[in-house]
Amino acid sequence: MHFDLNQLSLALPEILLLSMACVVLIADLFVTERSRGATYILAQITLVAVFLMVLATAIDKPQLAFSHTFIRDGLGDLLKLFVLGIGFMVFLYSKDYLKSRDVCFGEFHVLALFGILGMMILISANNLLTIYLGLELLSLCLYAMVALQRDSILASESAIKYFILGAIASGMLLYGMSMIYGMTGSLDLTVINQNVVQHKTDMVLIFGLVFVMVGVAFKLGAVPFHMWVPDVYQGSPTAVTLFLGTAPKIAAFAMLMRLLVYGLMGLYAEWRDILIVLAVASMAIGNIVAISQTNIKRMLAYSTISHVGFLILGVLSGTAAGFASAMFYTLTYAVMALGAFGMIILLSRFGYEAEHIDSFKGLNQRSSWFAFVMLVLMFSLAGVPPFIGFWAKLNVLMALVSVNLTWLAIVAVVFSIIGAFYYLRIIKLMYFDTAQDSQSLECHTGMRVAMSLNGLAILLLGFKPDLLLALCLQVVPG
Amino acid sequence: MGVEKILFYLFAAIMLASATAVITVRNPVRAALFLVLTFFASAAIWLLLEAEFLAVALVLVYVGAVMVLFLFVVMMLDVNLARLREGFARYLPIGVLIALLMITVLVMIVGPEQFGLAKFAEPLRHDADYSNTRELGLILYTVYVYPFEIAAVILLVAIVAAIALTLRRRPYTKYQNPDEQISVKRDDRIRLVDVPTEQRK
Repeated sequence: MHFDLNQLSLALPEILLLSMACVVLIADLFVTERSRGATYILAQITLVAVFLMVLATAIDKPQLAFSHTFIRDGLGDLLKLFVLGIGFMVFLYSKDYLKSRDVCFGEFHVLALFGILGMMILISANNLLTIYLGLELLSLCLYAMVALQRDSILASESAIKYFILGAIASGMLLYGMSMIYGMTGSLDLTVINQNVVQHKTDMVLIFGLVFVMVGVAFKLGAVPFHMWVPDVYQGSPTAVTLFLGTAPKIAAFAMLMRLLVYGLMGLYAEWRDILIVLAVASMAIGNIVAISQTNIKRMLAYSTISHVGFLILGVLSGTAAGFASAMFYTLTYAVMALGAFGMIILLSRFGYEAEHIDSFKGLNQRSSWFAFVMLVLMFSLAGVPPFIGFWAKLNVLMALVSVNLTWLAIVAVVFSIIGAFYYLRIIKLMYFDTAQDSQSLECHTGMRVAMSLNGLAILLLGFKPDLLLALCLQVVPG
Repeated sequence: MGVEKILFYLFAAIMLASATAVITVRNPVRAALFLVLTFFASAAIWLLLEAEFLAVALVLVYVGAVMVLFLFVVMMLDVNLARLREGFARYLPIGVLIALLMITVLVMIVGPEQFGLAKFAEPLRHDADYSNTRELGLILYTVYVYPFEIAAVILLVAIVAAIALTLRRRPYTKYQNPDEQISVKRDDRIRLVDVPTEQRK
């Protein structure tokens, strides 16, 4: 039972992030109210440093560390890079929003950094224990962040809902894990994957699988475990919604992959059927209910649910191409959601939250450039070619067709067309209605540049989707 | 084996009875005390499983610290019992239904058929000099060092979150500043005023 210090080098990005998060936590105590920007800059430096660290320590072959509780592989590295990049953009977008509202500025950054640490732990987990702990670390930060706007009743209410439902889901997950442990005799995902085959017909294992999937579906926000999503998205401060709706989705995808593909691939036939139900229900409820929403955050919440359905479709095809398409979908969705929620922040100003879809009325007259960026975002979310969202959907559908699930692909297309309505409605409001609000947009230059880059990334990636897709194909398990 | 079995059933019965009492008694203080009893009984069962360290930790941490704190909170809060019981009858049918469903599932899953001695052999008993604490100590910082560290970070985040959500800076609150209090000088408190003496007329 000796401890090899060399394995620490595999986890250097996590160690750096943890140390820096503690530094930010302490440094925030000593900055005065006027120089709040110092915390922000320190947090951004942290993310950039960790990003570079992930790149610098990247390795070719998957490697295990800490008695196989930790895995460092290409899949993890790519997801981590995206999580860190999105974290950087979230901080950039929410800087002015947090400063002008009654939201604890320092605590937001500290909790977000710890949340990102939780996501990184979750992404490189190779053990049921690490998955659970990473998930709890992430969730705990998110619960607190939702409630950070302490005087808002709506925020407190959604935080309580999120917390209680999240605690129940964690309990379910833990219960399922205990059953899987009882049957396979190990917490190590690699060992579980080897042992699962001989217990395939065991009732206990199937029950464990069901409970674990309830937990995962809750974290992803898949129907019928989606009830928290609209309330939490609407109730939290927009900056928190921005964080909540983007990076954790990547972590949840990683959790789905680690548990089902790395750990329980032997039960593929069983979990495929469960995933089909989750995916179809999510696409149906998400797309249909979103049509009747007038609050843009709520609408985007239902849109998230429908996109989660699509993501699940990619995983359930069970092939390398399917996993790669799901990963591609998750990453591009996170970038698109980042832009969409960022746009809400951009349109808001002190004393006015652009939460109603009418805030987008006549945006073209106020700022034709940002109206165009929003147009790109909406077209991409709806899956209109040539934007990136189209390629993401196409790849998932191709993966489905290749495993003879054509009916599922048709269902997905039908619901996507229904869903296109509410994205196009925003475009109609922006270009064909007159503005109610004639004030010019208030935001700093950094935000304008970042927002433009976000829109351009979606546009340009749409012309070259092969680059990212090839990366995804390279890292997923075969 | 005989004594052990009797002990197990004794403590299991106490645990179930007190756990039921926790949710049925009217007085919240009594409910908290029954929870203490439940913890005690489960600590005893852990002792039977040769997990001495966990049993002691359960008594020390939960009974000694957490529950005492909890009792304080219960005594300080003005819990409206009548409101707590509102809707009890209304939700009873669905509650009973779910409970029955859960019990059926539990019996099916963790019953003797799945986890009986036929499927899993009885674990070997350890000798008298076996130390559960030593075994835990050996693996906690080696095999489980990574999860252990994450658990520590979770606790840190819990502290940060709790303080961020509850600490309010009230600028108008009057409070004592010990630093200023002890560094006070005589001149800060006493002002000698030169009062000109007047001539008595």
